[in-house]
Amino acid sequence: MKEFLQQPWPWYVAGVLIGLIVPILLLLGNKHFGISANLRHACAACFPAKINFFQYDWKKESWNLFFVGGILIGAMIAAFGLPDLNPIVVHPALVNELKDYGMSDYSSMVPKELVSWESLFSVRGLIMMVGGGFLVGFGSRYAGGCTSGHAIMGLSNLQWPSLVATCCFMAGGFLMANLILPIIMKL
Amino acid sequence: MHPSQPEIVTDFEVRSLDTMCINESEQQHPWWYNFKYLIVGVLFGIVFVKAEIISWFRMQEMFRLQNFHMYGVIGTAVVVGAISVALIKKFKIKTIHGEEIHFTAKKFNKGQIIGGLIFGLGWALTGACPGPIFAQIGMGITVMIVVLLSAIAGTWVYGYLREKLPH
Repeated sequence: MKEFLQQPWPWYVAGVLIGLIVPILLLLGNKHFGISANLRHACAACFPAKINFFQYDWKKESWNLFFVGGILIGAMIAAFGLPDLNPIVVHPALVNELKDYGMSDYSSMVPKELVSWESLFSVRGLIMMVGGGFLVGFGSRYAGGCTSGHAIMGLSNLQWPSLVATCCFMAGGFLMANLILPIIMKL
Repeated sequence: MHPSQPEIVTDFEVRSLDTMCINESEQQHPWWYNFKYLIVGVLFGIVFVKAEIISWFRMQEMFRLQNFHMYGVIGTAVVVGAISVALIKKFKIKTIHGEEIHFTAKKFNKGQIIGGLIFGLGWALTGACPGPIFAQIGMGITVMIVVLLSAIAGTWVYGYLREKLPH
């Protein structure tokens, strides 16, 4: 059983379980699935700086902080309790492309040559982690949600603005992965 | 009408544009009721890691059309979510505390396009959307704390510039 659970789970199992989070949160207390709003709560709680956008009672939304706290603990349980001992299987074309950027470590979920404290002091690592994080935070709030709030919760509720947002998420992702990332990786 | 009333209404509109700062539940529960959301989060975190949704490699494959995995995950989640929402609406199912479940329509604004594109760029660059950032920190990739802090900074700058940005 444990060995079975340790293997990577197929998409249909993960998809069903993630989809079920939508009704579970609604049934538990009328909560709408969404994660990026936590970043706003962090601002409202720590540095509101008299900015209108951060003037609200973030404590009312504290359920969401518990929710992401759970994600953190769950990831810890999965990583240390049900570790996948095999290297991650990646598409050969991507392996080839990454080899050009000097990346060949597949022992972790993320490329260690890129996502690590040492890499933070390289130009590409700095752009990727500090720049990328900034874009994620700025963009998700500007769009009014991220993958969970728009692509999953919004689409589940058949909201067309969420479909627009989801298409733009994908467009931005395609642009970055295929055109901009290759330039950054060679820096 | 009380002079401060319109401001509150605007605030609600501003907040309703957002994913979820609108949970004005009439019911007051003790704080430890929030642990039920922690448990849901734990399950979510396990799925995130075991289905490799938090993998930078999987995101790169998705944006290069090299792997169906992420499309399958998101597609299935949307179908399951949509069926659940439809059932809740049709049978007017209530929460476990007997409260009516309400939905808010999302209003269109330019942010969904401009912000969406910006988010997409960041998503492909870091290989993580906000949920997976928390999961990666949990699984011991501590440098993702930098990404998280930077994302909070990005959110703050958006809040600071909000009134000047096209919406």
